[in-house]
Amino acid sequence: MAKYEQTAEQPAGQQPLVLKDPPWAAFLAWLLPGLGHWYQGRKPKAALFFICIMGLFVYGLYLGGSSKLGWGRVVYYGGRDRLPFICQIGIGAPAFPALFQAMVVSSGGQPWCGGFMAPPKPDPIPSLHELAILNKELHGYWELGTVYTMVAGLLNILAVFDAAYGPVVGEDGKKDEEEDEEEDKEDAKEEPSPEPQQDGEPA
Amino acid sequence: MIECLLAVRWLENNLWYALPLIVAVSLVYAATRHEEMRPILRHSVRIGLWILGFMVAIFAVLLLISSQL
Repeated sequence: MAKYEQTAEQPAGQQPLVLKDPPWAAFLAWLLPGLGHWYQGRKPKAALFFICIMGLFVYGLYLGGSSKLGWGRVVYYGGRDRLPFICQIGIGAPAFPALFQAMVVSSGGQPWCGGFMAPPKPDPIPSLHELAILNKELHGYWELGTVYTMVAGLLNILAVFDAAYGPVVGEDGKKDEEEDEEEDKEDAKEEPSPEPQQDGEPA
Repeated sequence: MIECLLAVRWLENNLWYALPLIVAVSLVYAATRHEEMRPILRHSVRIGLWILGFMVAIFAVLLLISSQL
């Protein structure tokens, strides 16, 4: 079976980039940050996407939880009541436990793993609603955790497009390449040239 | 003593939470514009400084407004 490949435009003077199976790579990139790029053999970029995006997501989970209230409480599925989840699901599989926990809770069960990514328990008394308790106990960390995990999900959407279509090469890209070339030339000028060896001195 | 307390207060500032975001956003954005690591890092430094400058400008505007209230 012939491999499905697509070439992506590159700045002038560079070889066109061959992208292996872009639709499958895009799906893998969504499923786990960097996985699609790893599949395409773009390993340095895969590592960069994984470290940056997963780093933000995991730190957001840490900020938005506690040992008492459960970890990763900022990522939960709550339908229309939890719109940040639309951004958070952009990270793919790392946000799947939230869907599982929502399914378990909606069927009347108890959340698993100490409430990891579980939706807050509702209560007729507003101050006893678990969401109010989470906001009260975590203060600004609740918002910070939400922002970190949302940004991680949104950044992964950029990575998905990169896996599908390659790097964006527009007018800005060309300008950047020209600036980089100029900086390379300046660096080359600044580097001292090796001094010629004088006769009679040991090498 | 006061200088020491001010330094601790500065280190405990919530604005530090913006730093990992700026680093990650600038690196990922730059990675969507280039394929090689060297141009990615250079572009990310430029983008990071641009974001930082934008945040400082907004901070200055808000500070000015709050000082007038």
